[in-house]
Formats: sequence, C-alpha cells, structure tokens
Amino acid sequence: MRYSAFSIFKQAFAGNLGWKPAWREPDPKPHYDVIIVGGGGHGLATAYYLAKEFGLRNVAVIEKGYLGSGNVGRNTTIVRSNYMLSGNEPFYEFSLKLWEGLEQDLNYNVMFSQRGIINLYHNDGQRDQYIRRGNAMMMEGVAAELLDRDALKKMMPFLNFDHARFPIMGGLLQRRAGTARHDAVAWGFARGADRHGVDLIQNCEVTGIRRENGVVTGVETTKGFIGCNKLALAAAGNSSRVAEMAGLKLPLESHVLQAFVTEGLKPCIDHVITYGAGHFYISQSDKGGLVFGAEIDGYSSYAQRGNLATAEHVMEEGVTMIPGLSRVRVLRSWGGVMDMSMDGSPIIDRTPIDNLYLNCGWCYGGFKATPASGFCFAHLIAKGESHHVARALRLDRFERGFPIDEAGAGTQPNLH
Amino acid sequence: MASLISCPHCGMRPKEEFMIRGDAAPVRPSAMASDEAWHDYVHLRNNPRGRVREHWQHVAGCRRWLLVERDNLTHAVFSVADAAAEGGQ
Repeated sequence: MRYSAFSIFKQAFAGNLGWKPAWREPDPKPHYDVIIVGGGGHGLATAYYLAKEFGLRNVAVIEKGYLGSGNVGRNTTIVRSNYMLSGNEPFYEFSLKLWEGLEQDLNYNVMFSQRGIINLYHNDGQRDQYIRRGNAMMMEGVAAELLDRDALKKMMPFLNFDHARFPIMGGLLQRRAGTARHDAVAWGFARGADRHGVDLIQNCEVTGIRRENGVVTGVETTKGFIGCNKLALAAAGNSSRVAEMAGLKLPLESHVLQAFVTEGLKPCIDHVITYGAGHFYISQSDKGGLVFGAEIDGYSSYAQRGNLATAEHVMEEGVTMIPGLSRVRVLRSWGGVMDMSMDGSPIIDRTPIDNLYLNCGWCYGGFKATPASGFCFAHLIAKGESHHVARALRLDRFERGFPIDEAGAGTQPNLH
Repeated sequence: MASLISCPHCGMRPKEEFMIRGDAAPVRPSAMASDEAWHDYVHLRNNPRGRVREHWQHVAGCRRWLLVERDNLTHAVFSVADAAAEGGQ
C-alpha cells in the first residue's frame, strides 16, 4: 500500500478498516544470501539499500527484540554533518543528502525537519576552533556560518549570554541540519525493506556463528540454524558480544548514554542548540517536549539506564545555557548502550573472516548516519569494496596508525 | 552503579570522587614487544557483559589507584581494593 493524502481520505471514508500491517512477520527460511544481525536503524537501512540499490533480495534481518528496540528509538534525533576531519565529513554529508530525499524515497513520513544546528562558543580559542571546523566543512562543500553574539541574540534571546564564567560569544550554524522522528526512521526502512522482499525476523536472538573452513556458513539462533552466504553485523552496543562468537576482538567498549524529555511546551526552541562550555544538546520535538542529553556516564555498561549524578550534571548544563529550563518539568529519562570506539569514529569494513562484514563503533552519533551507514554497508556487502565516502572507516586503521579522532581524546573510549 | 564506593583508605565516598580509567584486563607489554602486542593492549577490548575488573583512581580523595570489581549489567559493585596491594599495575 502506497501512503498518500489520497490514501488517508480513502481509508477515512472506509472507517480506517483497510490499513494493512507495514511489514510481514515471516518464519526464517533455511538459507539466505545475506543475513544482517541487528534490526535497528543501521541494520534495516542496510537491508533496504541492499534490496533497492544493489538488487540483493534474498536477505534477512535478525533482531533479538522488536524492530527499532535499541538505540534508534533511544536517541535525541539530531541529524547534522558538521564534522571536521576529512575521513568523517564526506560520509556525514552523504548521509545528510540521503536524509533530504529519504521521505520520498521510502514513501514514509520520518518528520525530517531541517531547523538548523548551532554550536555555541564561549571564548576566543573556541571561536577559532569553530572557524577552523567551518572552513573544513566548506572545503568539503558543506555550508557553515559563524554567528556573532548580536546575530545570535536575535535568533535565540533566551540564552544566558552574560554568564559569569561561560558567556556566550557566538556560534557555528549549519542550517541544513535538524531532527527526525527516530522511530519512524526505523519503521520506514523496515517497511521499505519488506516491500523489496527482505525477511524481517523479530524476537530471534543469535546465539552462535557457525564457521567451516574459515568462512561463515550461518548463524545459530533461538529459532534454529539459518544458513547464509554473507553475514553482516550491525549490533551496536552488543557488537563485541556478537563478534566474539566469530572469534573477533574489537576496538570497542560499551557505555551507557542517557537522554531526557520534558513535558510538552508551546514552540520555544526553534533549532538544535549545543552548549560549548560542556557537552549538552537540546531540541524541541514536534509534540512539544524538549529533548536533551549530554555525555556518556563514563563507565562501561550494558544496562539501558544510567546514574542520577549524570542526570544532575546534564540538568546543570542545561540551566546554565538556558536559565528558563529550570521551570520545566522532566517527564522521562532513559539510557542506551553505545559501542564506543577507540577514536570516536565508526567502523564499516570487512573482517579477517572472508564473508563476515562489520558495522559498529557509532559511539553516540549513529542516528544521523543511519541512511549513509546502510548505503555504504550495503555497497560493501554487495560489491566487496568500500563506498568512496566510507573508505576511511576501516577496522585496521588503529593498527596502522590512522585513527579518526574528532575529539582529539586518544584511545580512551569513555572520553569521546 | 552504586552512589557510594567504599575506598579501602577513605571509607564510603560518593562515586563522583572517582575517575574511571577502564578495563584492568589488558596488561602493558614490554617496550620491545611486537606491534601486534601493543595494538592488542592499546586498542582491543574483550568488552564482556557481566563481571568486570576496572582501574579507578580516587582523584578527589587519597589519589590511590584502585581495582574495582563490578557488574556492568546490574551495576552492582562487589569489591574495591588498592591496585598496588593487589599486585596490579
């Protein structure tokens, strides 16, 4: 069923009884060309692009819970391409371009809203750093604007410009950045993949990876053995545990990141705003709630919940940046398990095992990458070579001395 | 994670006084060890789910390095010991 304004009217007159489920719930076949482990945003996007762009339709996505039950439904929904390093920026810009056509492509409303992102700066050194980043973006063909204090005051007068320690001097603006409805992204890709013949198998946990003569022949699951020609891992926070089944040790450590949402308010924050004197980001959802988050808690964790001390720190940063936030009530907070890599950048690559492919290390920036991650991973699986924007995202870059360390924090996963 | 950590030198202290270095499993190879051994030490992690041993430092207290054993799924802390006394490095 194609979604359109006409279909809404038609169904409304028919009592809304004609809507069909957006995807099938098939039993697993004994063998697939490609099996993707992980039914989150990246796994579903990979399946969608494999089927649509590269013509591989005998594909299954295996998910241990329900589709989109991990980080794709737990993030703060920010989409941007304001990176500095040349290994990252073309990739994220490719992703942003895919976002711009995603709703038409998927025939699904992901509520992509290009409201712009502003990174605030609070001192001269930080301003110079943002000028450098803006210039790096422009060298890759991505627009960036540096706003001074007066321009910023007109755009967002509610900011705490004259804070004694961290006065706001201006900000770096990327107008094409924005937010999207995170669950709808997972559902849109799931529906698109299903329409191209991909089997989405939910509540099916991978318990082992079977190998013969050095190559993967299939996966053991809670629904029995499923054979495959190629196996692709997109298991986010659980990547290390799945890869361990194939004898791989990854440059990852799993950490917990918290996010928060307030009660619904009338429109008051029109952009995505990030705080430069700490690490805090906020936007307003279409429902009206303020969605915000900050850094990871800092200790390795597989629990999808964090500590109150971090929650307190996040609120303090928020109120320092926007004093008016102190009057707003927080409704909910939640946590997700982040696959923190050793340089803060992701991995889309082959592995030492010939037909095993790896997509991991998204730290806490994976949501914006969802379309490009899927596209480039599908390219790698289908053609056996990296897409040109993802060539730097190699697994062996650590060993060879080519890390992509955007934060300059070194090989310390809890600092990225 | 428990809000209070029992430091062997300072007693019960808030968790925020401690800095977490990370997994205590990797052992620093000798300076002349192979590139592979150093790559393994610097970059690769077992990243297990469940019981882990970590190096923490009590930065806002005695400044001693500690060996903390805890569960990274339930966030329970089992034991805190001085890293030197444990023979760790």
